[in-house]
Amino acid sequence: MRAGEAADLVLRGATVLDPAAGIDGAHDVVIRDGRIAELAAPGSAPEDSAESVDAGGLHAFPAFFDPHVHLRTPGQEHKEDIETGTRAAAAGGFCGILAMANTAPPVSTAADVAALRERARAEASVPVAFLATVTRGMEGRELTEMAELRQAGALGFSDDGLPIASARVMRRALQYQRLCGGTIALHEEDPELSGEGVMHEGAVSAALGLAGIPSVSESTMIARDATLAAYEGGRIHVQHLSAAESVEAVRAARAAGVEVSCEVTPHHLCLTDEQVRGLDASRAKMNPPLRADADRQALIAGLRDGTIECIATDHAPHAPEDKEVPFEGAAMGVTGLETAFAALHTDLVVPGAIDLALLVERMGGGAEPFGLERPSLAPGSEANVALCDLAAEWTVGEDGYESRSHNSWCAGRKLTGRVLMTIAGGQVSYRLRSFSLGVAS
Amino acid sequence: MRHLLSIEQLSKAEIESILERAESFAEVGRRDIKKVPTLRGRTVVSLFYESSTRTGSSFELAAKRLSADLVSVKAAGSSVDKGESLKDTVATLSAYDPAAIVIRHPHAGAAQLVADWSEAAVVNAGDGKHEHPSQALLDVFTLRRRLGSLEGRRIWIVGDVLHSRVARSNLIAFQAMGAEVTVCGPPTLIPRGIEELGCEVSHSLERLGEADVVYVLRMQMERMRESFVPSLREYATHFQIDSRRLGPRQLLMHPGPVNRGVELSGEAIDSPQSLIAEQVAAGLVVRMAILYELLAARGERPAPAEGDGAGRPTPIGQPA
Repeated sequence: MRAGEAADLVLRGATVLDPAAGIDGAHDVVIRDGRIAELAAPGSAPEDSAESVDAGGLHAFPAFFDPHVHLRTPGQEHKEDIETGTRAAAAGGFCGILAMANTAPPVSTAADVAALRERARAEASVPVAFLATVTRGMEGRELTEMAELRQAGALGFSDDGLPIASARVMRRALQYQRLCGGTIALHEEDPELSGEGVMHEGAVSAALGLAGIPSVSESTMIARDATLAAYEGGRIHVQHLSAAESVEAVRAARAAGVEVSCEVTPHHLCLTDEQVRGLDASRAKMNPPLRADADRQALIAGLRDGTIECIATDHAPHAPEDKEVPFEGAAMGVTGLETAFAALHTDLVVPGAIDLALLVERMGGGAEPFGLERPSLAPGSEANVALCDLAAEWTVGEDGYESRSHNSWCAGRKLTGRVLMTIAGGQVSYRLRSFSLGVAS
Repeated sequence: MRHLLSIEQLSKAEIESILERAESFAEVGRRDIKKVPTLRGRTVVSLFYESSTRTGSSFELAAKRLSADLVSVKAAGSSVDKGESLKDTVATLSAYDPAAIVIRHPHAGAAQLVADWSEAAVVNAGDGKHEHPSQALLDVFTLRRRLGSLEGRRIWIVGDVLHSRVARSNLIAFQAMGAEVTVCGPPTLIPRGIEELGCEVSHSLERLGEADVVYVLRMQMERMRESFVPSLREYATHFQIDSRRLGPRQLLMHPGPVNRGVELSGEAIDSPQSLIAEQVAAGLVVRMAILYELLAARGERPAPAEGDGAGRPTPIGQPA
């Protein structure tokens, strides 16, 4: 993250909720020199020269962590770059993100990682960690120099965007992980089963005449890799779960003692393949695809019972020309950083499918699987705060986007709940433009 | 009706209205001079990204019989070959102010996109494996001429349903007209979940005898290489419609082109039950009716009958 002024402010009278730290109540959140100095009784924090924010009626959460973001740098800066992508993250209340390595060219060498970290120090609004690819150039054949990549600062490894099709290569990566460490994050998909598929295989694909990607394309690979991880004692993270069978596969693997974590995206929790009927690639085409409602319900159940420990956006920016084409020819992926919390609050918390505390806990759950500390509001912690107005209603995209790309899966939707201010890594990284701040005299 | 993008968009009454119009064009087809001036001075663009014999030629002839100016663009040899996007191609063609764009494209939803991007009325002449509404209309037209009504009739659609836009559009159209539809083929060629469109699914021709109409789909040779069926011989053994399987009172249809000896035996094609030649003839009049319905029936923009008084010339061939 770019060096800046350490936050020095007081959020007065905020409703503070940090389930992981056991905090739930009204407090004055006192932030001094970029750290949470104190959670004082409401109205008790001293008036001093620090900025004072009237947070009455607002919620302060530990800021969120997104373990799955595509920053498109290097090579596709017309879609996103480190500056715009981290600005989008800050606007969504995130205090940390994990950037995927499927750039052009992919992040496969120590020099690539070093260059990206250097740029992040100059441009990023929130701390960014980088993954490197598991295989050279994501070709699925030879391992990258995983140990050197780790020394250069790669947090872990992923060929995300593509599966590691070869079981032999996957096994070698898990063996080598014992030497170099670093979680291996997996895009689970059997390319043989997915074939030319462009959406979930089911009644909607049958009606539209689109080639389907069956649920088992994902779950069979999870089962394969969980078995390999158990055999080699490896540590894996399953990315963007989409199918009921996949939740079951992770549950079974964990019950068998495999070191496996997993994530789910807001769009898989909020939408189903019915969304594809309009053939709007900008909002509804991504991989893994939106699946049936039974899958969506299984994902929500998995989120609730802890099988799925974190939410990840799989923020995947694309240029208009990649999306304004017939569905089958369009690029896969949707943006999600700026809307993740608001969409899940609107679609899951407001109707009562999950409670607010669970959402807040899972929005921060993506740090620990990669060996990072979960953002916390406990006094003494680095200040990482998302200040939200849960009653605010807004329409996605009405004021444009912080992201360079506009392929938001919920573009045009009215959402309830909005991030007003984000403190990330001890610095104020975002304020909603219309959020006026009362500064103490 | 502003565009014809799918059969799904049409009510039974709208389908019937197009078919009645087609009947009147069938009468024109029996005259010596088969041309009517309805679309004089208006431009129809035919934009084909996939090869087609029947659909392309019948739409083009339909436009000519209605006196429209026709611009025919094929993907091969055009700027499409040079990598121009569909959106840019449509923008370019829109400069000709076409009244209608007839589009065939290998991807689902292409016609809808063209409708979003253009002022013209758009006709879907086949989008990927999604829909082929003019085929469904001409098939219903052909069947109604023979059967009167489709109400309560049993229609079997046999073959490669998975890769067939005709199967999807016809399934919807036949049901809209009151028929009961069964789709039949090997499990590898029947899409999972198709029964939610309201049809029955069978993997055997055992009960084919119950069908009033047997609608056979084209078996594409490349499907064999992709292991959808082990061999064409085995496919034909189980699913070929031949004179032994086709009953004397059953009607036989096929959207063409036929693979003789694969999905249909030669004697079935040439049997008296076969409506295949009538389907082709119906294609022309139904496509005339579609263009008429979109461009003339609502009278949105009639062709100018004379000089407009602003110094612009009178169109050629029209009274001054």
